[in-house]
Amino acid sequence: MTRFNRRDFLKASGAGLALAGAGGLAGCTKKGGHVVVIGGGFGGATAAKYIRMWSQGGVDVTLIERNPSFISCPISNLVIAGEKSLADITVSYEGLRRHGVRVMQGEVAGIDADKRQLRLASGDSVSYDRLLLSPGIDFLYDSVPGLTREVSESANIPHAWKAGAQTVALRRQLEAMPDGGVYALCIPKAPYRCPPGPYERACVVAHYLKKNKPKSKVLILDANEDVVSKKGLFTKVWETQYKGLIEYRKEHAITGLDIASKTVSFDFGDAVKADVLNIVPAQSAAAIARPFINKNNRWVGIDWLSMESEVAPYIHVIGDATFAAPAMPKSGHLANQHAKVAAAAIVNLLAGEPVNAEPLLTNTCYSFVDDKNVVHIASVHAYDAKEKTFKIVAGSGGLSSAPNELEGKFAHAWARNIWADMLA
Amino acid sequence: MTPHIRIFALAMLGALPASALAADPNLGRNLAATCANCHGTNGKSVGGMEALAGLPKDKIASAMKAFQRGEKPATIMHQLAKGYTDAQIDAIAGYLSAQK
Repeated sequence: MTRFNRRDFLKASGAGLALAGAGGLAGCTKKGGHVVVIGGGFGGATAAKYIRMWSQGGVDVTLIERNPSFISCPISNLVIAGEKSLADITVSYEGLRRHGVRVMQGEVAGIDADKRQLRLASGDSVSYDRLLLSPGIDFLYDSVPGLTREVSESANIPHAWKAGAQTVALRRQLEAMPDGGVYALCIPKAPYRCPPGPYERACVVAHYLKKNKPKSKVLILDANEDVVSKKGLFTKVWETQYKGLIEYRKEHAITGLDIASKTVSFDFGDAVKADVLNIVPAQSAAAIARPFINKNNRWVGIDWLSMESEVAPYIHVIGDATFAAPAMPKSGHLANQHAKVAAAAIVNLLAGEPVNAEPLLTNTCYSFVDDKNVVHIASVHAYDAKEKTFKIVAGSGGLSSAPNELEGKFAHAWARNIWADMLA
Repeated sequence: MTPHIRIFALAMLGALPASALAADPNLGRNLAATCANCHGTNGKSVGGMEALAGLPKDKIASAMKAFQRGEKPATIMHQLAKGYTDAQIDAIAGYLSAQK
């Protein structure tokens, strides 16, 4: 068993020499400390880069990620629609190495919060001064009667709610579907990752079918009482551009599933037999964060100034795994924003300085309604010291007035810029 | 630090208003990081969005205020700009204009 500590880190990364050199420069204060980041998505990758940047290289950062490269959920619906490839939404972790982040591909088996140490599946252990968890979500397969991990993770009934092999599997099923087939998309009760994501998926799949298999049908089977996000914009598109192709059914929580015939049934309303069945199960904070879950048995409550867990000191949690502040969606954009609040706080705490008392967050979310036209939702969230949470700044934010091509161009530019902000 | 540099540093400090000395030194940096998702890290866009790094401070601040008033055409910035106070816009504009 190998133990990595700060000294090993310096040896391994060759940063020892660079730090010794930097220490001699006037104005450079070496703050020191070792931060381990678990999860290299929108939150974790951003935090790793910004901690290095904002400590002027003074804080050592190790990023542990199970995948060899980053694959983006935003834009992945365009892969499902056949407009983009998986390579288009895949970004290397090499850029983080250039910032001096030690990137390790591996699986974390457990966290010892008292010893400030974590154990890897490989048997190695890593110690930290502060831990940043950006673990994302895991699926609650038993939220759908009859569904199992094996079925959901197989290509048979994919969720495609984490980009990668599942995204490609769903694309292949749509390509193989006969003209006149039924694509059924089952949406879990909120809160779930990316609130407008399912409605965007229905639109871009319908765009593909309209062009290639016009007799087909898209059925949105939503467990929620109504469309969760961008309602007016999406329903208008469904009633005009995709009239007769997309059908939306609210209050359709799955109560029965027959895997062999791909049939889902409900307490009210007709059962649906699909050619392509895409079930997105309900979600919780990912398993590695389970010891820190203290909200609704699903999410991690945090101190919004430092992003530190309410139950475990020295452990900061960001992104989709957190118990959201009011009107704060689980989005990649917000995970990137959480990361910057956490990075600033961690650099200050390691240096014995107070954290920023007035952090601000923005959210910007673009949804494609076809291959070119896009609608957005945006908001600005300020910390409210009295209520100790983030609240939307009154008068800020809003929606597009209608789908448009200009925002289609901005959506792609947003993706390129946020991927670079995280990883370049 | 040589005496020469020390004198220069003191002169620089003397040039700053008293309020700036008391303020959080990272205020502008932290606020400008809310722009980076679209406009690039430290305002250095990788394309498709306006780069803000190194633009004159007044230009950034006056554009944000024009967005707030709805006087500058926008798809999203008129909605985002309304989330920032004048002091926050000033801090962001100051930080981004100093980026090379």
